[in-house]
Amino acid sequence: MTQSLLESPYIVKAGKILNTKEMTNLEKYFEIELPGREDLAHDPGQFVMVSIPGVGEAPISVSSSPTKKGAFELVVRRAGAVTGAMHQLKPGDAVGIRGPFGRGFPTKMLEGFDLLFIGGGCGNIPLHSLIAFVLDNRPRFGKISILLGCKTPETRLFVDELEQWERRPDIFVDSTVDQAGPGWKGKVGLITGLIPGVKIEPQKTYAVIVGPPIMYKFVIQELLKREIPDTQIVVSLERHMKCGVGKCGHCQIAQYYCCQDGPVFTYNEIRNNHEAL
Amino acid sequence: MIKSVLLKKTELGRLIEKLAGFATVVAPVAKGVRNFSFEEVRSGKDISLKYIPTILPPKKYFMPQREKIQEFDKKAIRWTPVSGNGFEKLVIFGVHTCDLSGIQFLNRVMGEDPQDVNYLARMEKITLIGLECNDYCDSYASCAVMKNHLPSGGYDLFFTELEGSFFVDVATPKGEAIVRGTGLFSDAGETEKKELAGLRAAKEKIFRDEVNVPNGKLKEVFNRSFQNEVWNDLDRRCVACGNCTNVCPTCYCFDIQDEMNLDLATGSRTRSWDSCQNEEFAKVAGGENFRKKRGLRQRHRYMRKFNYPVDRFQRYSCTGCGRCSRTCMAKISLKETINTLTEEQS
Repeated sequence: MTQSLLESPYIVKAGKILNTKEMTNLEKYFEIELPGREDLAHDPGQFVMVSIPGVGEAPISVSSSPTKKGAFELVVRRAGAVTGAMHQLKPGDAVGIRGPFGRGFPTKMLEGFDLLFIGGGCGNIPLHSLIAFVLDNRPRFGKISILLGCKTPETRLFVDELEQWERRPDIFVDSTVDQAGPGWKGKVGLITGLIPGVKIEPQKTYAVIVGPPIMYKFVIQELLKREIPDTQIVVSLERHMKCGVGKCGHCQIAQYYCCQDGPVFTYNEIRNNHEAL
Repeated sequence: MIKSVLLKKTELGRLIEKLAGFATVVAPVAKGVRNFSFEEVRSGKDISLKYIPTILPPKKYFMPQREKIQEFDKKAIRWTPVSGNGFEKLVIFGVHTCDLSGIQFLNRVMGEDPQDVNYLARMEKITLIGLECNDYCDSYASCAVMKNHLPSGGYDLFFTELEGSFFVDVATPKGEAIVRGTGLFSDAGETEKKELAGLRAAKEKIFRDEVNVPNGKLKEVFNRSFQNEVWNDLDRRCVACGNCTNVCPTCYCFDIQDEMNLDLATGSRTRSWDSCQNEEFAKVAGGENFRKKRGLRQRHRYMRKFNYPVDRFQRYSCTGCGRCSRTCMAKISLKETINTLTEEQS
């Protein structure tokens, strides 16, 4: 045999859960350490395959910045068998980790540009990885605007951090919910409604959008109207990766394998793609 | 190195017996009316030399329907990758040129980084003996337009049936070792070389493009067909059974599942064939289904044969074997689809 088993793309590392926190009714936060406190060495926007032995494997976006050393973070929505089993886990428990996989956000290309982050729902999780990275390297980037949306006030993610960001003078933060609840004093409405509140110098700006498919359709149109070039509109697409290595076919978006060629794409790369949005 | 040799037809049985001495030998075997299957054989009598494409292509040996890829131990918190376990030397005898082309495509895909070690571990142990089609198998085939009616590599040995003997092309050291080791082959003379050339020339007259578009234009036809009415027609007809992808020599999509052993402490992870025609295939956790309609799933299948692989792997992945059309319960015909797309564009 020419291939050693060590080269198998299916090698799983035993991760140890250091901390957990219920973020919403559906989302739970996990801080995970790899054997020997090895760094995951991911790029913001990449994902890992999480294994629960006997239950299976699921693709999960990394939510922490690679500037955090010795451990990484996931925020997991309870949606199926694997994520349901993950929600049962406590600090000290083990999970299998494969990866990181995929092409993350083009952090080098973003340097020197104004950044407009637009996140919706679950999309705020991979986006958080990039925002945290950018804030850890604040001098390398221009003006920063963060627009966040979600269904209801109870489903808002990273609420504590959001409050900290709102107090910072060097970033602009705005957020909205689709439906208000009791005691909600913030904005109500679609996230596209927040875009006119941002001053945009289109040639100097990269817009990074992560959210559900319906959000892309409307947000991208708004940004094109504001004349941001399609090469400077960056999205991250959700698909169900099963192998993570461009073979199993589940995550294919026309000619692209989302797990290898993505999940991050510029709008320029997918605007003529019949399956992307 | 030896280039070409002959094997008397009467010696085929002895060849199979000798091969069976050092490896498992599989070959096409008759399975009722116009159905054939690659199965283990021990003598030449078991083999159907005149066969139409087998129900499943030989990909089942490279990538079985179910394959263990990992073992895990819950208590020890350990996952161990597994590849090529218990898979011994295998000779596949009688592989038609369409299926050789399918294997060449899979070799390309699985060999691309990140390599698929499970596939490669099996590939290493397989010897391929091809067999030429002297005539069409049936009207479902479109091997000529896919340029697969003639041999173009991908084998260790390649057999062409002549009047009294098989003309054998020796392509690899593995093939040469069989020729030398069995001692059953003799040199090919000028008479047989002429006979082979005559047969090939006759084939050029029989095998003609089966659709109304030449090979070089197929990608363009499909690239312009994303919005075509054909997919709505297939949407109404397809029953989403997944037969077409199961029998396709170049479909390799799979699912990955965990199973616990009875001790509830250890278990294994297996991959099994999956189909892009299944409704759940492109569904994500939040419920969004990126190919909800059957017509879009059929479009995806066709695009993965005639459009996407051309940029990525510089070749079509349709081999022209005709299996998808032969097996379709809704009588969806690949040739008909291509002809309709072409007619509507002209």
